[in-house]
Amino acid sequence: MSMTPNTTSMPSHHILSVLVQNRAGVLARVSGLFARRGYNIFSLAVAPTEDPEFSRITIVVDVESAPLEQIVKQLFKLIDVVKISELDPRRSVERELMMATVRVASEDRGQVVELANIFEGKILAVGTEAITVSLEGSPDKLDDFEELLRGYGIVELQRTGRVALPKLDKEARTRPHKNGKAS
Amino acid sequence: MTEQITGAQALIRALELENVDTIFGLPGGCILPAYDPLLDSHIRHILVRHEQGAGHMAEGYAHVTGRPGVALVTSGPAATNMVTPLCDAYMDSIPMICITGQVPTSAIGTDAFQECDTVGITRSVTKHNELVMSADEIPLIVRQAFHIATTGRPGPVLIDVPKDCLQNMMTWHWPTDEEVLESLPGYKPNTKGHSRMIKEAARLILDSKQPVLYVGGGVLKARAADTLRELAELINTPVVTTLMARGAFPDSHPLCLGMPGMHGNATAITAMQKSDLLINLGARFDDRITGKVSTFAPDAKIIHVDIDPAEQGKVRRPDVPIVGDCRLVIEELVKTIKEMLANGEVQADISAWKSRVSGWQEQFPMYYSPNEPGEALKPQFCLEKLHELAPAGTILCSGVGQHQMFSSQFWKFEEPYTWVNSGGLGTMGFSIPAAIGAKVARPDRTVWAVDGDGCFQMTAQELVTASVERIPIKVAVLNNSYLGMVRQWQEMFYDERYSEVYLSPELPDFVKWAEAMGCVGIRVESPEEVEPAIALANSINDRSVVVEFRVDAGEKVFPMVPAGFGNDDVLLHPNQNDRREFLR
Repeated sequence: MSMTPNTTSMPSHHILSVLVQNRAGVLARVSGLFARRGYNIFSLAVAPTEDPEFSRITIVVDVESAPLEQIVKQLFKLIDVVKISELDPRRSVERELMMATVRVASEDRGQVVELANIFEGKILAVGTEAITVSLEGSPDKLDDFEELLRGYGIVELQRTGRVALPKLDKEARTRPHKNGKAS
Repeated sequence: MTEQITGAQALIRALELENVDTIFGLPGGCILPAYDPLLDSHIRHILVRHEQGAGHMAEGYAHVTGRPGVALVTSGPAATNMVTPLCDAYMDSIPMICITGQVPTSAIGTDAFQECDTVGITRSVTKHNELVMSADEIPLIVRQAFHIATTGRPGPVLIDVPKDCLQNMMTWHWPTDEEVLESLPGYKPNTKGHSRMIKEAARLILDSKQPVLYVGGGVLKARAADTLRELAELINTPVVTTLMARGAFPDSHPLCLGMPGMHGNATAITAMQKSDLLINLGARFDDRITGKVSTFAPDAKIIHVDIDPAEQGKVRRPDVPIVGDCRLVIEELVKTIKEMLANGEVQADISAWKSRVSGWQEQFPMYYSPNEPGEALKPQFCLEKLHELAPAGTILCSGVGQHQMFSSQFWKFEEPYTWVNSGGLGTMGFSIPAAIGAKVARPDRTVWAVDGDGCFQMTAQELVTASVERIPIKVAVLNNSYLGMVRQWQEMFYDERYSEVYLSPELPDFVKWAEAMGCVGIRVESPEEVEPAIALANSINDRSVVVEFRVDAGEKVFPMVPAGFGNDDVLLHPNQNDRREFLR
């Protein structure tokens, strides 16, 4: 999970949007399958959908860890998995949230505040020798911001992992894998 | 009219409604409430001596009937003892229901006595598992479990039931088929093959000049042996049957080449290697079949019929993938090919291929050096005699190791569901409990378990179960005082440096041990004793019999494709090796 995939050029990652029955243990089933089959997860986010019976798990997978087709088919074998959509990174919007506490003396604090403003981030807390900022945006944007903060000394940093939806332009499309073939 | 009963009563009633006639189990604290209504049920309970035995018995039962075997055990250590059978059933796609007790819901997560995270531990060795959270859920979860275990690619399903859910009252309701299907929106196995793919497959079959039918366990699971025979005869194509498919096609049939793979026969291995079309029916390109994948059947196109979409392209990319039930797909294939032939299309001439294949068969029959007078008994000879003297319809079960390979090589399988073994997981100690399960399911059949001395010592205690429950099986222990297969690898690949493979020539005393467990014990040391001992064993039907054959420890299983090598590098029996150029 340490590397961040590049989203602009040829995608080096796949985004799987997995609709599951909202039941105890379902996340363990999904993450356990990835671990057992040796697939690499970049990031993972889970939350209930508009229908509380179902949850959506957004998984970002390294393209080189295994053929996507095999990952999708293995996921389908889980009884609780209802539907899997692959979101093409070039045709979807991705968002992630980052929070970071940066060590900064009071005389330099203005620089960090300015950076946060440029990136349209927020100041969440200010201490005498540290400041906590948050930023929501595309994973690229978060990468850039993180890089700039690093110069000041990051005390703690937390990112959520991305969530994604298809773009609404003409070419917007998902590739739903119809769950008619699970076994 | 709503009927109030306990969760335990609901559980037993649900099993009755699923037509369960036998449960293999062992009670304990948390599952205790379920054992009370069992007293009033017509279901037969077989009380085992170790929970692993219950699991393998359930597997043996399922192997020979196609119906799910049921195991009922308590929480904690009983559940962990079930992990091996569950994994075994998962690897070999055996339908099985395992019900485990669990500590009361209020105690879950407190490290209570005999508590363990059963669903967590068994998640990766079951097709599905479920923790019951209230008594009301029991009937639906049982119905779901049977549905999941027996449809699609079969497999084991575990139901973990906390004690309070068994004790609490619930309102009885038996869910309808629709309710079951609606409760599983993510589970819709596809059984019918895609018609365009079936046409493409038929086209490839008619055009192939060097076809081979590569038949796996899926054909047995789909109960497709008759249909397979129709297809094979229609296209006059040689058939190889994998370890899991022995019996799916009669060994005596002129088209049958026998078992391929690491210890397959030279013809089956070579026919696959030289083939231009492999018609894979319910097999999974297991590493024990393919050898080094990059050199496996390099010129073959692949038709792959499998009910599990994830098997398509997992190891070898198929030219024509067909997701579906083997029986339905083979039926459609037969129909399509017949139509094409009726429309004037012709099958390519495969006579040159078939004469090449029979040339290999003539040159490389299964072979072992018969023992000279005074030499130790050969295990292969014992297998041949066991088969020769076996009553018609005998079911053969085996453990894992050399004796398993000898069994598959030297027994002649003529009908489906007469071969029970642990193929995928390779579980030593499988044969005795599996044979007991098979005998319970088919009391009309003779059941022989072929075991090694290593395997026997892992699960022999279940012979006590067999004696007490009056389930007469026959056990042939091929005793070479070694972990024979490991010994073979150390001899061949570790310069004869034997490390921790020598068991003991004298201990245990298998005859005394058999007698102590209520069985008849017979020891055989020389070739002339073999036939009388087997005949005696076959004549005893009121108790189990253990025949210990003292066999040659130096005997190795040939042919052999060494691990990591390709099938072209198969090692033949030393007496055949000078002819190996003939296989090129």
